[in-house]
Amino acid sequence: MIKFLFDRDTWQEVYDSMSKNKLRTVITMIGVWWGILLLIGLLGAARGMENSFNRIFGDFATNSVFIIGGTTSMPFKGFQEGKQVRLTLSDTEKIQNNVEGVEFVVPRNLTQSLVVRNLLSGTFGVAGDFPLLDQVQKKKLLHGRFINQSDIDNRRKVAVISEDVYKQLFEKDVNAIGELIQINSSNYMVVGVFDVGNIQLGPSDDIHIPFTTFQQTYNRGDRIGWMMITGKPEFNIVQIEQDAKLMLKNIHKIHPEDDRAFRSFNLGQAFGRMTGFLIGMQFLTWFVGIATLIAGVFAIGNILLITVKERTKEIGVRRALGATPFEIKRQIVVEAVFLTLIAGLFGILTGGWILIALDAAFGQGPDATLVNASVSILVVFVALLILVALGTLIGLIPAFKATSIKPIEALREE
Amino acid sequence: MLKISQLHKSYPIGDSSLHVLKGIDLNVESGEMVAIMGSSGSGKSTLLNIIGILDEADSGEYTLDGVEIKNLNEKKAAIYRNKFLGFIFQSFNLINYKNALENVALPLYYQGLKRKERQEKAKFHLKKVGLLDWAHHLPSELSGGQKQRVAIARALAAEPKLLLADEPTGALDMGTSYEIMEFLQQLNDEGKTILIVTHEEDIAKMCKRIVRLRDGVIMEDKKVKQVRAGQNV
Repeated sequence: MIKFLFDRDTWQEVYDSMSKNKLRTVITMIGVWWGILLLIGLLGAARGMENSFNRIFGDFATNSVFIIGGTTSMPFKGFQEGKQVRLTLSDTEKIQNNVEGVEFVVPRNLTQSLVVRNLLSGTFGVAGDFPLLDQVQKKKLLHGRFINQSDIDNRRKVAVISEDVYKQLFEKDVNAIGELIQINSSNYMVVGVFDVGNIQLGPSDDIHIPFTTFQQTYNRGDRIGWMMITGKPEFNIVQIEQDAKLMLKNIHKIHPEDDRAFRSFNLGQAFGRMTGFLIGMQFLTWFVGIATLIAGVFAIGNILLITVKERTKEIGVRRALGATPFEIKRQIVVEAVFLTLIAGLFGILTGGWILIALDAAFGQGPDATLVNASVSILVVFVALLILVALGTLIGLIPAFKATSIKPIEALREE
Repeated sequence: MLKISQLHKSYPIGDSSLHVLKGIDLNVESGEMVAIMGSSGSGKSTLLNIIGILDEADSGEYTLDGVEIKNLNEKKAAIYRNKFLGFIFQSFNLINYKNALENVALPLYYQGLKRKERQEKAKFHLKKVGLLDWAHHLPSELSGGQKQRVAIARALAAEPKLLLADEPTGALDMGTSYEIMEFLQQLNDEGKTILIVTHEEDIAKMCKRIVRLRDGVIMEDKKVKQVRAGQNV
């Protein structure tokens, strides 16, 4: 068999029969080529979209929930409805220590303030934060550093500003690190500049200052604006949210069934929905791609079958001249496999070009829709392998058909 | 060379069956040139197909060159066809996308000969039929007589014991027919055994023996004085 595959005559036969039937060769190849092309194009685009989602959410701890105090809607334990719920720093500690599966609890505070530097000024969101924030909502620092524990302990007047703030308050190419800016008439030293990134979740926080500094400056005592709870990967964030809320209701003497007392946004849940969508899309892609591929291979089989019918007489002649059925079958199968393989390789090549084109059209810049649209080489080879296997199987159908006709009947055909 | 006794063959037609050959006995010696004659439906083509191992008899015995032809699988049949028999068809049956040389070399390919050897042998036989200059022409570029000569060269290429011709002149005009017959006579003179199926009297008379079939039985089997085709051209 190996010798047969390296025999010049084998390929001469394949070449002859293919070049003799140019139209069917071309149509067949288009069928398979289109299937592979679609598979690669779709898989690549799906991957690109997934990458793009991952890039957007990559900076966030996705299994997290924000909880904000609201107003009660039910009277409870002597309190009227309409009570304002104020979260405190001690709430966060209690949640951290008592709710199962919690990784971090990050308290935050935010206010709008006028920020001035020399003659330039603007109003920005100023947030009081712990260094922990950097772990759950990764800051892309362009220069300098984020707030550290020593800032918290010493209530330092330092600020980490966003690139937007930098652009509004500083002239071009001025090094902001070490410079002073006035927030609410107090001087703060800039220690870091960060990139806002692609997606803004929650209120805009352009300037971060140490949490302790914030509490003192704005006279907040231990009240906090909201908290961000991050769950350990193996725990369900929806359950954590429920547990945390129940505990907070207990602390603040709120009716257990009052669902207006806290507002919350469960990032994990939202992200889960998105991931589900992506998985669904990938499944669809595979389904469509493979179905197209199979359709293409069947087209090959069909056309080979027609050709065999056309070539019945030729096959009859060959058999009269002493070709064994095995030799006839082998030739037809080699033809089928060769056709699928060449068309498949061509499809992979053009599929690659399409991905390059997609990348050029939609994959450039920081807010690209498709990031690194690509297909793993393993997937491509598996697809090719399936194609060759199907090509062999489908080649067998006309091959058996060809040899099941008695040579005498084949010869009689006009 | 060829021994047939009590050969029966019937074809199913719908529910009933058509009894085509009703007990044929035939012996052909080496070096004979036999014409099988009969009107259409007399069973002459069926007989030729069975002799050519393209079809199988229902009952009876058939021995070819001392080998009993019975219950062969397709592979064996193919090998015997290749080794023992050379076919010449009415419609030439050349493969239209292969040139003359490649057509002649085809049975040698199935014999498993090396490329160079095939080319040499095919050239030798093409030369014998006088078409070496046309070796690289496709069948569509050849005349009817030339096509049949290529087909004869192809039949000869495998050096068969027996040449089987099914209406070899049926698609040719008279002049060309006689040319082909003259060539077949030459081959017979050289010792080849030839069996020709025909319904033309003048072609039959160019053989050495005429077997007449009617309704599946041999009506007449006689030796005749051969008319040389060359005299008529």
